[in-house]
Amino acid sequence: MSDTHTQAESFAFTPETEALAQKVEARYPEDWQESAVMPLLDLAQRQNGGWLTQAAMDYVAERLSMPKVRVYEVATFYTMYNLKPIGKHHVEVCTNLPCWLRGSDEIVGACKKFLGVEIGETTEDGMFTLSQAECLGACVNAPMMQIGDDYYEDLDAESTMAILSELKAGKTPKTGSQNGRFTCEPAGGLTSLEHQKDLLKASSKASGGDD
Amino acid sequence: MLKDADRIFTNLYGLESPFLEGAKKRGDWDGTKKILELGREKIVDDVKASGLRGRGGAGFSTGMKWSFMPKEIGERPHYLVINADEGEPGTCKDREIMRHDPHKLVEGALIASFAIGAHAAYCYVRGEFYRETEALQRAVDEAYEAGLIGDNACGSGYKFDFYIHRGMGAYICGEESALIESLEGKKGQPRLKPPFPANVGLYGCPTTVNNVESIAVVPEIMRRGHEWFAGLGKPNNTGTKLFIISGHVNNPCAVEEEMGIPLKELIDKHCGGVRGGWDNLKAIIPGGASVPLLVKEQCETVTMDFDALREMRSGLGTAAVMVMDQSTDVIRAITRLSAFYKHESCGQCTPCREGTGWMWRMMERICEGRASVDEIDMLEEVTRQIEGHTICALGDAAAWPIQGLIRAFRPEMEARLGAKPAATEAA
Repeated sequence: MSDTHTQAESFAFTPETEALAQKVEARYPEDWQESAVMPLLDLAQRQNGGWLTQAAMDYVAERLSMPKVRVYEVATFYTMYNLKPIGKHHVEVCTNLPCWLRGSDEIVGACKKFLGVEIGETTEDGMFTLSQAECLGACVNAPMMQIGDDYYEDLDAESTMAILSELKAGKTPKTGSQNGRFTCEPAGGLTSLEHQKDLLKASSKASGGDD
Repeated sequence: MLKDADRIFTNLYGLESPFLEGAKKRGDWDGTKKILELGREKIVDDVKASGLRGRGGAGFSTGMKWSFMPKEIGERPHYLVINADEGEPGTCKDREIMRHDPHKLVEGALIASFAIGAHAAYCYVRGEFYRETEALQRAVDEAYEAGLIGDNACGSGYKFDFYIHRGMGAYICGEESALIESLEGKKGQPRLKPPFPANVGLYGCPTTVNNVESIAVVPEIMRRGHEWFAGLGKPNNTGTKLFIISGHVNNPCAVEEEMGIPLKELIDKHCGGVRGGWDNLKAIIPGGASVPLLVKEQCETVTMDFDALREMRSGLGTAAVMVMDQSTDVIRAITRLSAFYKHESCGQCTPCREGTGWMWRMMERICEGRASVDEIDMLEEVTRQIEGHTICALGDAAAWPIQGLIRAFRPEMEARLGAKPAATEAA
């Protein structure tokens, strides 16, 4: 589909991926194995460092006895499939309305500054690709970004750069809220589920936050 | 204000364990077998009588939807499909259910599937919710392990399987027929209706598609009685509801409240008020990106339910409340939503594929003051050409926020375009 990138000659699942793929295929009726195309493409992408080669798509097509073009249709329709190489960490900053209202422009700015790339670009060392995302569904913890499989929420410029610099140093930053909130409760304290107030206090102490 | 004793989602914030032990302590899986013994018809009737309206946005009676499924199970198996493709901007309630109270969803899926004669449920979770999927999968594994679902669910003799299917980033798959297409391994493009999913749905079989929240409240309705649920909220708008309030409030949060709570009370009680005080309020989008905004005067009196919001020419949608204070460039805000719809149009119907682009480009020019005043009417005309002329509601959803903006903020749009107020012009 694309000849500007390094396209591998062939593709096959590793034994680890194969085991996962068989579990996936078991979810769907025997006559409807095409249902597995999305999860199998995802597994292929994960095995291949975050993007799909044409060989990987062809492999999935053959495995499911689907015309190749039907698999290409799926791979090009859904935004989470990457058809060209991508950084080790895919940084996706939500810029939809709830995040924009809470300052996502500042978060995008902090990412650009720290990484030295624009939206859609990958850093020279191949560590980071920066994207803007549509609503990621964590709106009461806005602004937020997704990196890989994890959400980082309640961000400001400072915490954004701290997360990126930890990743750059090969560390694992804390996921979820970055400003001391537990999850999606009101930052001012519980206004419902009163009996859980002590639990909230305990969790806040445990995480070193100030309630 | 809703009493704690009447709350369904008692682990909304994840302060207790989301998993089986914690869930059982909160009352989940209590007497599920007895509920199933009531029989299909009784469960459907009770859910109908509870007044539960679909929590995914459209607000159609859940019990009624179930009753459309064939009474007799023929050669084609029945399916329950759970819509967890939560992507409506502003909406993050199903996420909290899946990661903090997943057993409510699994138990609800069993009861709902039994009621519609399905032996399998597919839960379609948006791909970005990877950790949420892990939590839900763990709950499913626990339920199998404990015999709560599987070949003999809860010892009832009923076989029930729960499968998770991850989406891969397409807003349109939240539309039920696009979701079914996607689940079948295709591009997520909506189907023409009829036939409706209850006749021809997943794999050509009778299918019911329900939102996560609609399914997750069913076990409590069955345990506490439909009268209890119907006694909360307002007539025709019953029960409790998860509200998610984002934007310019002091404490954005998710909270379970009674249907029909006044919007102002919701914001003042749970969110610490509007940033800078109530008088600093400019506008609120009360139900996710697809519904028209409300101006401050409307926000003062409106209650948060399907009917009251429709009377104000807006909607409850997913109950995603987005608050904008006086500092907000409201034209820019709606332009951002137009960009979203342009991005998410599946491209199947011409009015939507082309129209969402036209609307976005016009909005951009208006936003930057590069249009002429009469283009506001032209834009309004374009929205009318899209609305109602497409297979699914994405076209409508793209048109309505712009119509709402023109209705409420036309003077601000005109001022942006350099028009002088009418009085000055006359002089």
